[in-house]
Amino acid sequence: MDQAVAAKEQVAAADAAVLDIRGLRTEFRIGGQWHAAVRDLSLALRANETLAIVGESGSGKSVTALSALRLLPSAGARIAAGAVMFDGRDLTKLSEAEMSDVRGNAIAMIFQEPMTSLNPTMAIGDQIAEAIVIHRGAAWSSARAQALRLLDEVKIPAAATRLDDYPHQFSGGMRQRVMIAMALACRPQVLLADEPTTALDVTIQAQVLRQLAELKRAYGMAVLFITHNLGVVAQIADRVAVMYAGEIVEAASVADLFARPTHPYTAALLRAMPRVDRDAAGLEPIPGGVPALTAMPTGCFFAPRCPLRQASCTAQHPELLRFPNGHEVRCPVVLAEAAR
Amino acid sequence: MIQYAIRRLLLAIPTLMVMLTAIFVLVRLVPGDPAAVILGDQASDASLELLRAKLGLDQPIGVQYVAFMHDVFTGHLGRSLSSGRPVIQEVLGVLPWTIELTLAAIVIGVLLGLPLGVVAAVRRNRWPDYASRLVSLLGLSFPAFVSGILLLIVFAVELGWLPVLGSGDAGSLGDRLRGLALPAINLGLIMMAYVARITRSSMLGVLGEDYIRTARAKGVRPFRLIMRHALRNALIPIITVVGLYFGTLVGNSVLTEIIFNRPGLGKLILGALNARDYTLLQGLMIMFAICVILVNIATDLAYGLVDPRVKYR
Amino acid sequence: MTTLAPTAATRRARAWDTFSRNRLSWIGLALIALIVLAAIAAPLIAPHDPLEQDIVARLDPPSAEHWLGTDTYGRDVLSRMIYAARISLFVGFVATLIAMTIGATIGILCGYVGGWFDQFMMGLLDVMLAFPTLLLGLMIAAMLGASLHNLIIAIAITEIAPFARIARAPTITLKQLDFVEAARALGFGPVRIMGVHILPNMISDVVVMGSLWMASAIRTEAALSFIGLGVPPPAATWGSMIREGFDNILDTWWLSVFPSLAILATVLALNLLGDALRDAADPKLRAE
Repeated sequence: MDQAVAAKEQVAAADAAVLDIRGLRTEFRIGGQWHAAVRDLSLALRANETLAIVGESGSGKSVTALSALRLLPSAGARIAAGAVMFDGRDLTKLSEAEMSDVRGNAIAMIFQEPMTSLNPTMAIGDQIAEAIVIHRGAAWSSARAQALRLLDEVKIPAAATRLDDYPHQFSGGMRQRVMIAMALACRPQVLLADEPTTALDVTIQAQVLRQLAELKRAYGMAVLFITHNLGVVAQIADRVAVMYAGEIVEAASVADLFARPTHPYTAALLRAMPRVDRDAAGLEPIPGGVPALTAMPTGCFFAPRCPLRQASCTAQHPELLRFPNGHEVRCPVVLAEAAR
Repeated sequence: MIQYAIRRLLLAIPTLMVMLTAIFVLVRLVPGDPAAVILGDQASDASLELLRAKLGLDQPIGVQYVAFMHDVFTGHLGRSLSSGRPVIQEVLGVLPWTIELTLAAIVIGVLLGLPLGVVAAVRRNRWPDYASRLVSLLGLSFPAFVSGILLLIVFAVELGWLPVLGSGDAGSLGDRLRGLALPAINLGLIMMAYVARITRSSMLGVLGEDYIRTARAKGVRPFRLIMRHALRNALIPIITVVGLYFGTLVGNSVLTEIIFNRPGLGKLILGALNARDYTLLQGLMIMFAICVILVNIATDLAYGLVDPRVKYR
Repeated sequence: MTTLAPTAATRRARAWDTFSRNRLSWIGLALIALIVLAAIAAPLIAPHDPLEQDIVARLDPPSAEHWLGTDTYGRDVLSRMIYAARISLFVGFVATLIAMTIGATIGILCGYVGGWFDQFMMGLLDVMLAFPTLLLGLMIAAMLGASLHNLIIAIAITEIAPFARIARAPTITLKQLDFVEAARALGFGPVRIMGVHILPNMISDVVVMGSLWMASAIRTEAALSFIGLGVPPPAATWGSMIREGFDNILDTWWLSVFPSLAILATVLALNLLGDALRDAADPKLRAE
């Protein structure tokens, strides 16, 4: 490891944020007009922590991660406002070439679909070695040796014999391990994990989650973990941010959130979550769906689906308010009730 | 791989049988008496009788069919009615000219068409894309003989750069190349249009794939992203289309050979048509059928070179 | 795929939206309309009788009297071209219509019946697809003899395979959809299901391809006529006009070049139109 990286890790060891998203607004062009998919989103990922973003599909959680690494499609999507601070630089201001130096190097990302996220015509050994060749300037032979070590590390059985195999020769869970090995290749400080276990079945999911937690500790990474599954959050995260319709509606430590779910949306998500200690019949799905980007309601975005809705909810868009203990909530109704 | 190729060859036999049957039927569909058609109105009854016997037309249709199949599978395609030489010899005599031309066209078409299609896909909906689409649509719209005529007039007649007539039988390598230039450019530009078009749509599909995003997330630079990650995967449908294009290419090369007065299958076919040389035409069809099947197999084998998911089992 | 019926109207509206916003589609449409109108109104707009021979004005280059020159018999090239458009367009249209009808029928049957019948037919059509279109047409036309009917038949046969392929794939999908299952449960016969429930759902795809293949048919017709397998004289098609002028192309270039440009314009217009229609009909290509 070179000195610069070592120095970075010392800074990261302090309690400061490694990745600091400030006031992010990401927009998509639909029918010739720009609509925000993520609005005024601020999120600080601290060193060595796992921060989970939870929300239904369409809530903007994946778009947030893709915006941070600037992996949005080049046409029809843009970062309209905000900053993504990393290592003293604003990533949104970097050139495409400078950004390539960051991707897969200091910040890595793994994706939801292990079946389609690997290149079908490239041996997995080469796919893992590629980042090392690009960012470390290593020769392919030595990069492949490191790829082998990484495959061992993510517990691919008989890794040495599988280096030249292609993705279609692996199962879903094994492919996701390969994805993880690819992401870890350059020892990133930050790992963005976009629903990495959603496509896997339950037992494999648990294995991969456990492995991610171990690797996070071993590599000293900060992990931004995106999921729609609160059960996974409880298992892996330190803090959690709940997103709805492109903005954070509640953020707290995991213990705090599960003990005192405050926003009506969080409460609804928890009631919809299957749990071992409760009968499946008691599950309450949330009625309705996330509003379309082109049809955002005025006032609180959750109001149309909210059981606590009042007349004032549709009048004014609520602010994200912060309790002294760090718990943040975007709902004046429950806050007023709590104050009483 | 060799085993697979042999199995594919064996599997092609039924297909070939069907094609041969179709050719047999087609030739028997000739309205009226083929012998009369061949010899013309003034032929005497005796000579008609003789020709019928020579062609086996006096036999029952079943016997004719069995004899036909037997001949094909033992490599006897009969003799040309006009020259009296074996059909195979006639064809093999001109085949090198046609192969030379089509190979040159494929090289030109792929070398120009691939980059054109890639650039169009990468710069989608910007001017390189519009330009590339216009060029390929023009290329697709040009009948081979129309573009040939225009090339001929512009380059050979107006500018006087290249010989008007195709390669002579003798001459140095330079002469031969200059004779090849215009016909090959004509065929090559049309092929370029096809290749560019399919490359563009295939690349557009691949560029939207998840693994392209994965590669970008790894920090892969644009050039490598396009060449190694996108194009390599986009090649799979491109190969199919280039394989399917073989038929069009042969058809166009026939027209091109006629336009540029170049020896080859085109002139042979034209000669056979004018001389009503049905055995030669039938023989040519059979050889084309075999070629088509071989090219199909070669296309299948080429998949394996680009797509590791293809298993030769 | 979600329910088909309720979205059909919006799908059509969106397709029309895409089509009408594409400037190239209007150019193609205008061009083809112009050519078709010229062909229909040939007696009204042709400056001369296309068969009128004028021994004095043989092989005249383009002039004020004969805009595009005259041919060996002193016939006006422009007038002949306008009349030739009638035959060229007719051959292309009818051949494509025949190929479309037969091909779509085979494709729907293959997709619906499946099994060995499908395997066999598709194997056969694959081979036809790969066989040189021009040579196939050439052999058929040569065997049948040169005439308008035979020309149309020859071209139609070469285009059956692509239409069968286009019709087959959606049939397989549609066959498994609820409303077809329901129709079958209600006791409708296979012919009725194929005709009433499957055909209307794919007809737009087939017609869109028809425009592209009509371009190809016109090209094939021209090539066959150029080789000498076209409509017998004195009737002319663009291909046969090129053929007549080709022998002396170095001296009397106008005989071949103008019909060449007419073919090019027609084929280009049909291709532009077909491309625009296909983009409009295919939501995948439309999505930004």
